[in-house]
Amino acid sequence: MSIARKSLLLHGGLLALLFALQFLLPAYHQGNLARVMVLASYAIGYNILFGYTGLLSLGHALFFAAGMYGMGLAIYQFGLSPAPALVAGLIAGLLVSAVVGFLALRTAGVAFMIVTLMFAQAGYLTILYYGAYTRGDEGFVIQQAQRVLWGIDLSDATNRYFAAWGLFSICLLLTLWLVQMPFGRVLIAIRENEERARMLGYDVFAHKLAAVILSGTVSAMAGAMYGLLFGYAGASFATVQYSIFPLLWVLLGGAGTVMGPLVGTLFMFYLIDLSSGITSAYMLIAGVVLVLLTLFAPQGLVGEWRARVWRWLP
Amino acid sequence: MTKDIKTPVGTSRRNVLKTIAGGAAASASIPLWARFAQAQTSEPIRIGFQVHRTGIGAAYGRWYDRTTMAAVKAINDAGGINGRPVEIIAEDDGTDPKRGAEVIEKFATQHKADVGFGTLFSHVVIGSAPRAGELKLPYFVVSEGHHVASGMLNRYTLQPGITDVKSQVQAMAPYVAGNLGKKVTMIFPDFAFGHDHRDYFTAAIEAQGGEVLAHIAIPPTETSFTKYFPKIPRDTEVIYHVMVGPAVLTFVKEMGEFFGPSHPAIFGFIDSLEAVDLGSPGLEFLENTYFWEGNPRYAQPDQSAFDKNYRAAIGVDNNGASISDPSDVSTYAHMFGCWETLYTIKDGMEAAGYQGPADRGKLIEAVEAITDMPHSNEHPQGAKLFNGKTHQVFGPQYISQVKGGRLDVVHTTSIEDGQYPDEVDYTKQAL
Amino acid sequence: MDFGPYLILASLEGAVTAAVLALTAVGLSLVFGVMRVVNVAHGEFFMLGAVLAWWVTSMIGGHPALGFGVALVLVPVLVGLTAAVADVTILKRINYDPERTIIATIGILYIIQQLTLMTYGPDARPVTPPFNTRLAIPWFEFGENGLQMYWPWGLSTTSYKLGVIGAAAAVLVGVWLLMVRTKIGLLMRATQLDREMALAFGIPVERVYAIVFGIGAGLAAMAAVLIVPIQQAHYLMGGDPLLLSFIVVIIGGLGSLPGTVVAAVLIGLSDGIISVFFSPTLAKILATLLVALVLVFRPQGLFGVKDA
Repeated sequence: MSIARKSLLLHGGLLALLFALQFLLPAYHQGNLARVMVLASYAIGYNILFGYTGLLSLGHALFFAAGMYGMGLAIYQFGLSPAPALVAGLIAGLLVSAVVGFLALRTAGVAFMIVTLMFAQAGYLTILYYGAYTRGDEGFVIQQAQRVLWGIDLSDATNRYFAAWGLFSICLLLTLWLVQMPFGRVLIAIRENEERARMLGYDVFAHKLAAVILSGTVSAMAGAMYGLLFGYAGASFATVQYSIFPLLWVLLGGAGTVMGPLVGTLFMFYLIDLSSGITSAYMLIAGVVLVLLTLFAPQGLVGEWRARVWRWLP
Repeated sequence: MTKDIKTPVGTSRRNVLKTIAGGAAASASIPLWARFAQAQTSEPIRIGFQVHRTGIGAAYGRWYDRTTMAAVKAINDAGGINGRPVEIIAEDDGTDPKRGAEVIEKFATQHKADVGFGTLFSHVVIGSAPRAGELKLPYFVVSEGHHVASGMLNRYTLQPGITDVKSQVQAMAPYVAGNLGKKVTMIFPDFAFGHDHRDYFTAAIEAQGGEVLAHIAIPPTETSFTKYFPKIPRDTEVIYHVMVGPAVLTFVKEMGEFFGPSHPAIFGFIDSLEAVDLGSPGLEFLENTYFWEGNPRYAQPDQSAFDKNYRAAIGVDNNGASISDPSDVSTYAHMFGCWETLYTIKDGMEAAGYQGPADRGKLIEAVEAITDMPHSNEHPQGAKLFNGKTHQVFGPQYISQVKGGRLDVVHTTSIEDGQYPDEVDYTKQAL
Repeated sequence: MDFGPYLILASLEGAVTAAVLALTAVGLSLVFGVMRVVNVAHGEFFMLGAVLAWWVTSMIGGHPALGFGVALVLVPVLVGLTAAVADVTILKRINYDPERTIIATIGILYIIQQLTLMTYGPDARPVTPPFNTRLAIPWFEFGENGLQMYWPWGLSTTSYKLGVIGAAAAVLVGVWLLMVRTKIGLLMRATQLDREMALAFGIPVERVYAIVFGIGAGLAAMAAVLIVPIQQAHYLMGGDPLLLSFIVVIIGGLGSLPGTVVAAVLIGLSDGIISVFFSPTLAKILATLLVALVLVFRPQGLFGVKDA
């Protein structure tokens, strides 16, 4: 069986499993999984830039929030219905990532980290500054009545799960397709050795810009969906910690793997959930896990699996 | 042939032994439920407590937790709710709206809590309320925010234990204009809570014939404040200040250092000094200045028996500090909300004849029907009036003056001083 | 307040910020420059310094200057040792790989922060300054008799704030002397220039790394001890210093200590002065974008050397 078929089967199987879990899981875990799938889509967006292109951004919360507020404000201030609002979120993400990409890609390495961080901070402060429209840090509620997409009430648990699953499937398949296309391979080449890729004649800047835009837009879609599915848009989603989360999730799960983001997000979610039942200092457990992971499993969970067991894993 | 002999389930020797053992173990220690012999069901009432154990709200969360546990103990010692004991299930929300919403889900779907309760910070409330509404979980917040009464939330969110900022601020204006001065400069944090102060007080003081000369908005997480004070206009008669966060003591100290020996009248909200000892060095300049207090921190000469009882239950002395550690000052102006809210939940459940989650709608209706809350052990902060339509309670506000290093109440506002027209009628929404 | 006095006040406040920021950033710059790793836990060492200062001063009663003096000497050493331990146990084992160091130091960040939460608690606690008198500052204006001195309303500082500026400057000079005049400084600079060469010359690079990591954390802790009588010690106070010191180090230029100091002064002062002209939130937005744009158009920072 060719690698392409094997990985299609594996990932298709994963999606089918997630679909089936909707009927098997108790209500609490079903709700959690819906959340995890949307956040994992955010992580997938981040993975495109970090895992595959090798660019570490500390400002992805800007894209997540751009999508969330693009969608949220469209409904809250302009009274649009969910479908055009989601498109608005997507466009917001596209524009913001294009601008940030153009500017930030003039830097590299640690300077790139700081520049993306600064843009995200500026974005957060701008949301606060225009609090008259965005309601600032408090955020605003998107009422149940406004969250009916094509006749489907998204506040219902089942519909919400399917919507999250739909988003996640699109993102997962997108990544799977990407790594097999020449575009994706050039990104990996840039990650491995940028100079060599340039010498081979590839337009490195254009590829990196495309990666930033793709990554940012996927993250924005996740943000827009999160706001729509859970009924709230707030400035706290634009803070630094929401830029650190996808980095953690991707690193834990395995940067540069297709399944890694989901595994990492799921792992962290339940780590926090379970350890908050034991102690209020649950982030301590998270910190210890991170240190242990980086000492003994630096490629992340899926990455280590790929290195040791299934070498064909994309 | 032994196969055909079917032992009826439950009467096999092993099963019988198991039940006997179970019963023996259960009666070996009298569990909580057995004390409640009159109970219709001996299942505890589960209250999901959404508490800020970590994050920026953690200092408040600690005292909210303490007050909640004291109230629950008092309720259980008196026989519980409908004869059933109250059990608190606490979950940390990290003072984060995303985690807050997840915690609400956990209460409803995993812990099978009857109600959710206890949130303070507004952005967490607003982030969590939608889920509470969808899951039809009654959500009793102790937040001071105007968001409940503004109509932004849903019929399942209520605030029956603490007054909201709009009401507090409005009630202050007459006293400030009448006693301190009519030209006010406002200093407040530059986020929604501060904006509420800005908007409502400006309107209220103008209604009293005063004016706000300058609005000085300080960015959140600011740690050094001196550079903002020069913006205070020279002809200011009254400084109005409110600040939250870990830097509040720096804020007040630097204000004192800025003014030096000559300062205008100062009216602050005790938020600027919640959990801070009034005797801290650098605060001497506060002598004779005024503060809004949600609940007077220092026991007053006319202290009610209810306040005495409340302080003793929580373990707080007459200076508002922990009995076991006098340097550990409580968040006295806010935490009473937890106590009163829990008693309101009790009243609501008893009025509704609450048996279980199927009765949540009846509970909401029963609480909406509550109007007068008399000054009592259950409501030690003062008599209150609950507005069932807006889901917001109204009560007295206290204005205190710093005298000799402690706060003495000089004026108590009436409930009418803080009332404003209804902005929503939640009772018209479907349950 | 009139413009002149306002500017003076903003500059004084900015100078205090710059002093503390310079110390913290120099600590980060050392680690960055010599070890080439991003220490995301740097802000937590700062916080640890403040919390331990509170702990030391509250244990030692008597005159505040006594407790503070002890804290000023003891706390940076304690924090430095903690950092050195973290380096030897964790960072060395992952070979200072940039990505893994980021994760590891994020983990260390959470560990330090949560341990502090569990022991010290979530409250913000003050530390009494060793001396603190309000100093009114005179300004000049044209009066009836020509140029006259007067005391504008509100224009003041405190003796302690001036003390902080002086102390920070002294420590910075000390660090410079250490780097330039001592053997350990020489070893550090050699390791920074060329790690392989240094190894070849028999320099115990790993030990140098542990010392550098310790000194970096110790400087941040000292900055925190200096600022804690003005601010309070709180378990979340490490976030802002981390962000700011990163900005300062990058703007100043990687591996350039003078650049770091200049950038700290610039950023510290501008934070105060910009708020004279603009509303605070807008001022922060502009400052943040300014930093980003400086980096975009001059990625090597102000004093850094552009990579060939």
